[in-house]
Amino acid sequence: MSQSEENQLYAARQSIFPRSVKGRFRHLKTGVLTLAYGVYFLLPWLRWQRESGPDQAVLFDLAGRKFYIFDLVVYPQDIFWLAGVLMIFAYLLFFVTGIAGRVFCGYFCFQTLWTDVFIFIERLVQGERPARIRLEKQAWNGEKLLKIGLTHVLWLGMAFITGLTFVMYWDNAPELVGDFFTGKAPFAAYATTLFLTTTTYVMAGIAREQVCTYMCPYARFQSVMFDRDTLIVSYDAKRGEGDKGRSKLGRELKTREARAEAGVGDCIDCGYCVQVCPTGIDIRNGLQIQCISCALCIDACDTIMDSMGWERGLVSYSSQRVEEGGRKARLLRPKVLGYAAVLLVAISLLVWSVGNQAPFDMTVSQVRQPIFVRLSDGRIENSYEIKLNNKTGHTLDLSFSIRGLENAKLDMEFQKINLRPEQRLRVTARIKADPKVRDGRTHPVELVATPGGDSSLPPLSHETVFYVPKG
Amino acid sequence: MADQSQNKAVQTTGHAWDGDLQEFNNPLPSWWLWAFYASIAFAAIYWVLYPAWPVGDTYTKGVMTTTFKDSKGNEVTTGWNTRAEFIKDMQSGDEALKQQAYLKKVSAASYAEIAADPDMTAFAQSMAKVLFADNCAACHGVGGTPATIGNYPNLRDDSWLWGGTIDRINDTIRNGHLGYMPPFKNVLSKTQIEQLASYVLSLSGHQVDAAKAKAGDALFHGDEAGCHYCHTNSGKGLHSQGSANLTDQIWTVADVPDAPTPEAKLAAVEHVIQSGIQRRMPAWQGRLNSDQIKLLTVYVHGLGGGQ
Repeated sequence: MSQSEENQLYAARQSIFPRSVKGRFRHLKTGVLTLAYGVYFLLPWLRWQRESGPDQAVLFDLAGRKFYIFDLVVYPQDIFWLAGVLMIFAYLLFFVTGIAGRVFCGYFCFQTLWTDVFIFIERLVQGERPARIRLEKQAWNGEKLLKIGLTHVLWLGMAFITGLTFVMYWDNAPELVGDFFTGKAPFAAYATTLFLTTTTYVMAGIAREQVCTYMCPYARFQSVMFDRDTLIVSYDAKRGEGDKGRSKLGRELKTREARAEAGVGDCIDCGYCVQVCPTGIDIRNGLQIQCISCALCIDACDTIMDSMGWERGLVSYSSQRVEEGGRKARLLRPKVLGYAAVLLVAISLLVWSVGNQAPFDMTVSQVRQPIFVRLSDGRIENSYEIKLNNKTGHTLDLSFSIRGLENAKLDMEFQKINLRPEQRLRVTARIKADPKVRDGRTHPVELVATPGGDSSLPPLSHETVFYVPKG
Repeated sequence: MADQSQNKAVQTTGHAWDGDLQEFNNPLPSWWLWAFYASIAFAAIYWVLYPAWPVGDTYTKGVMTTTFKDSKGNEVTTGWNTRAEFIKDMQSGDEALKQQAYLKKVSAASYAEIAADPDMTAFAQSMAKVLFADNCAACHGVGGTPATIGNYPNLRDDSWLWGGTIDRINDTIRNGHLGYMPPFKNVLSKTQIEQLASYVLSLSGHQVDAAKAKAGDALFHGDEAGCHYCHTNSGKGLHSQGSANLTDQIWTVADVPDAPTPEAKLAAVEHVIQSGIQRRMPAWQGRLNSDQIKLLTVYVHGLGGGQ
């Protein structure tokens, strides 16, 4: 039998209506959400004083090929920092996952944050879980149309602000917003905003947990970072089920003692943990790939246990080892230490590299066509192309000299160069030399650019070679 | 098979052969079908907008057009094609307009102003590099240095046949030059040519037979060979004649630097005296506009030995 109704490869999505819950993890999540939204939505508006350049604190200027991040200016040559940042993010994720499981998914992932906000909007308009279920089931009428319509309008509004804010990071924010609504903004701004509005609306409003379950690669490969000591949200089956399984609060089963006598566990099967789950799973079925470790079921169960007057922790952060009756989770495991070591090295290298960013840089490449020229007085000339880039906030008066080659003279089109802030310039230099031995080899020579005037910057030198032909 | 035919969940095409042989009905997924219909609709729209169908020896042009200026400045509107789009982009694209504006600034500036401004110099050099590669590099080499010493002068050294000032370089590019030295093989004897060659090599400090060089000196400055008329008494040549300076280390025709032995060096010079020189630089006025010639002047002047 190739296919049957029960064995379909594709399951239609069941709508999920998460119930709201209060508790310590909910508070933590709300705190993270507020902080993340505050930073994301307000950062483009933050102004910043610079010696030169725009007054926006964080601005990714693609056209000018410069990224402004507070007092740091990132030039195209520094692009490997991006590799460093991505590596640090990746290893931070591995490290955190190794210790505490999917905390990124549960607390920090933008899919989780935006879904959270979209669910909040949904609840604001349509009411708590039972009201939303009722609304979905009832036939289309004015009330349903109004509530569902208003929800989608608010979702689209939220998605639009999200998209527009992202665009603001790439241009002067106040000016861009003005241009945006008067039709003067660049095409890319409209296209990006439209794209992000659509994706945010679809991902956080419609697709939701399916993004985590089916689309997210991290959700798929995080299992390789899991081991028996990794923190997971789990149900204490031994306590909850007792000998005869869970049972609702019946007439005879109101106290722990009575339940213990009857052989049933502490789980009163209220279903609150299932109702609050944003991915619609039942944590009591054990560790599942859909679980994003948001810990809302812990809050839900704790609330119930508190009201019963029983001790908390029927659903709690635990590990497989603890669940199997082992000792408490070990944090310092070889794998975690390995991730930490790589992380530490990557962070140190990045910090060192950023701290030692050259205030101005110079590359020198020898002209290869021709590699040398014979001059009328018999000397040999080599030419070089110098590229200069001023990363300081002030004008540099540069003068040039050479080191390490005998009987040689530097000849430049411009003896002194005034390099404006953020200016990039290409100049030609020629070295004329009268070597005693004509050996057909290259000889090392150093080109030195010395900032003059009141600049306290050290000279910058660049090694290159001088070719001497035979004969 | 029997299992499948009993399974009501699976659709069949409804036919039965040989009693119980049935065929499953597995329709294409609907997303695939809709994508297929959408691409058919897209193709129909594409045929209307863009060049598409061959018809006889022509083709349907489509309703999209491209407007650009031809070389005479007339507006031309053609059916949409990428070549016309490219020309249009080079004429009125954002970057093209920026380049044209800066070119205007460079065009209005004097040579002295360009030379004093690193930005204008860098702009002129990068634009002229392309012009040089298109028009000059075939003879003078990509970097301004021909592959071998022989037919074409090296523009990177500090020796100039026709002068290395801005004005002289501009004039050379504009009007071209005809360089001529007569052959002497029918005028002078083999011995005389050897004597002359010895003298010429001695001018640039090469070790030669002193007696032969002395005889060559007399020939050089006498009327029989008459070399001094063009190369001057000192042997330094005249920019107005395009005659070479024989006293420096630069050789534009005889490959003296790369000749391995003194005999070979002598033979190289002798060959030039015997055969003479006839070479020509074409006039570029009319082929290049004055802005282009100006940029090339700045570039060639900057290549090496500008004066």
